Amino acid sequence: MTVVRFQVAALLAAFALCTAMSGPALAQKKYDSGASDTEIKIGNIMPYSGPASAYAAIGKAEEAYFNKINAEGGINGRKIRFISYDDGYSPPKTVEQARKLVESDGVLLIFGSLGTSTNGAIRKYMNEKKVPQLFVASGASKWNDPKQYPWTMGWQPSYASEARIYAKYIMKEKPDGKIGVLYQNDDFGKDYLKGLKEGLGPKGSMIVLEDGYDTSEPAIDEHVVKLKASGADIFVSITTPKFAAQAIKKAAEINWHPLHIISNVSASVGGVLEPAGLEISQGILSASYTKDGSDPQWNADDGMKRFYNFVAQYDPKANKLDAGVVFGYAAAQTMVKVLQMCGDDLTHENVMKQAARLKDFEPDTLLPGIKINTAADNFAPIEQLQMMRFKGRKWELFGEVISSEIGH
Amino acid sequence: MSAAEEVVTEGHQAVEAVPKRAMTLGTGTSLVVLAALIIMPLFVKNFIIFQMTMLLIYGLAVLALNILTGGSGQFSLGQSAFYAVGAYTTAVLMEYFNVNYALTLPIAGVVCFGFGFLFGQPALRLSGVYLALATFALATAMPQLLKLNFLEHWTGGVQGLVVTKPDAPFGLPMSQDMWLYYFSLAVVLAIYIFSVNLLRSRSGRAFMAIRDNEIAASAMGVDVALYKTLAFGVSAAITGIAGSLGAIAVQFVAPDSYTITLAISLFLGMVVGGVGWLPGSFVGAAFIIFVPNMAEGISKGLSGAVFGVLLFLVIYLVPHGARQIAILGQQIVGRLRKN
Repeated sequence: MTVVRFQVAALLAAFALCTAMSGPALAQKKYDSGASDTEIKIGNIMPYSGPASAYAAIGKAEEAYFNKINAEGGINGRKIRFISYDDGYSPPKTVEQARKLVESDGVLLIFGSLGTSTNGAIRKYMNEKKVPQLFVASGASKWNDPKQYPWTMGWQPSYASEARIYAKYIMKEKPDGKIGVLYQNDDFGKDYLKGLKEGLGPKGSMIVLEDGYDTSEPAIDEHVVKLKASGADIFVSITTPKFAAQAIKKAAEINWHPLHIISNVSASVGGVLEPAGLEISQGILSASYTKDGSDPQWNADDGMKRFYNFVAQYDPKANKLDAGVVFGYAAAQTMVKVLQMCGDDLTHENVMKQAARLKDFEPDTLLPGIKINTAADNFAPIEQLQMMRFKGRKWELFGEVISSEIGH
Repeated sequence: MSAAEEVVTEGHQAVEAVPKRAMTLGTGTSLVVLAALIIMPLFVKNFIIFQMTMLLIYGLAVLALNILTGGSGQFSLGQSAFYAVGAYTTAVLMEYFNVNYALTLPIAGVVCFGFGFLFGQPALRLSGVYLALATFALATAMPQLLKLNFLEHWTGGVQGLVVTKPDAPFGLPMSQDMWLYYFSLAVVLAIYIFSVNLLRSRSGRAFMAIRDNEIAASAMGVDVALYKTLAFGVSAAITGIAGSLGAIAVQFVAPDSYTITLAISLFLGMVVGGVGWLPGSFVGAAFIIFVPNMAEGISKGLSGAVFGVLLFLVIYLVPHGARQIAILGQQIVGRLRKN
């Protein structure tokens, strides 16, 4: 009898052990629409047509990256289905496509949609539906608002963060300088100006002149002359490419040689500095957070090696010099990281929870030392940049990676 | 006389014998279509209802252009500007003044009527392609005007304004989308009936007389200047109401939403639907909403080219648009009846 009893007890114990072990695993397998044992559906909206179609390279790189992940076995055994629609950069169309993704295709989340007003158009809808709108591809700072919009998160450093970094640099290098600011009179310029003032804090009086221009103006020469006359010795040029080049030219023409900072948006060698003149562009400062695909200094870098291999294998038509490809790769890598962290709990809620838990994540194509960190009250994944100086024919990074958080 | 004007006159002559039929569908067909529009939302998803709402709204905007071009023979590539004014009027009134959404529609209509009437004054001196160019300028200017600094406090600048979607009233057991669909349907129906009656009235005949021959019309005692500006005003008012409905349905207004692309889409919808044939406006709206999606489904990278090919086929095969198909259908049905 005792033997039998022992056997029963052992059996019971084993059974209990089994249930104890399988219990949590079973309970954890939770799915919302768009996720199953075999598949995760990710939605995306890109301007494949229309005025902003140059950015379509981002969507294509992201799709290629997900293809790579699928070819390597997917995420925890699940394949990604990337459904990307065209909105032609028109907000009403974005709404239509977002509704199609959420209500008709039933995606788990919408990832990396491009544009400020296009994403602004669907933000309320996504938050009402409680479907994650993750890693919005726009530099506006309004995506970091977890209290009001807990289902929306940005990705790239906001214009305001970048400006705060310039403020830090200026206060360290030229604490007695006089700053003249030229800014584009729209959401981009104003976001930036706000960040610059926040960064300067009590030293805001260093700004001797803020001068706004409208994109409808054919030339901004007068503004540059006015800034020189103000006696400024630091020139912060919050401009889009065409105007950045004009400002560089005009400053050289009137023999004004301030400490010249241009926004990352205009830090293109081919698009801005070459047309303005390489010689007069020497010494201009800017900041960056991604590695430059055309810069040979990264040839030996492990992350960039993986990137170059990826381009060769999965996206051979892409131009690896296009900043959009570098951007799309890193954004998609962040997305995959979040989905890996979700494990078998693929609900809208858990996706958002995990996205707000990224800790020191370093995508391959971001500058060394730039880490993605998020928290329940911090929906701004990238907040660091590194200063760079134009020398010869390319940008040279210098100094430490700087965080834009105030007071660090 | 430009090529497009010829299309208008030609199409008109083809059906001149039955002027009422020329603009509308027969009563039986109209009722069947209406019944289908009323029943349809009960069987489809919210997303499809939303698309149908957009179809009604764009259809209304195309209808407005149809009254202007098909009715009075004037061209406009500036309809997106009126649409934007209507949309912003609604958005600002709803968000800053807490005005009920239904009340914002007539206000938007009145504002746009004034706007269109005023724009019609200088437009009087222009005709044909020159008028098209002047309105084109209006359409290109509008998104930038909305971004102006002193307006930014109201318009939200580039960021735009978010509009709250209304719930169904009286506790009706309906989703917001379905309610908005029926609301839009009621508005569109009312305006459609108004438009048909307008074109059949004294004013409508004056519009058409101006379209067909301005000198003859003025010889008959038609006040050409007044009726031309009036046509602009009415068209702008209807477009403005469509814009208001659009703002409520999309829940968002921003300058980027109302670019010249919208104006060209509306123009395209009118041509595809058949210039001067009012029901065609909705066929045209369906074309500008669904065909780009189809084109994207065929090829993402070449969606524009595919759309172009499809458009070319339509223009080549049925130059008078949906009207031609409708007439063809009528003839076939007539023949079958005789047999």
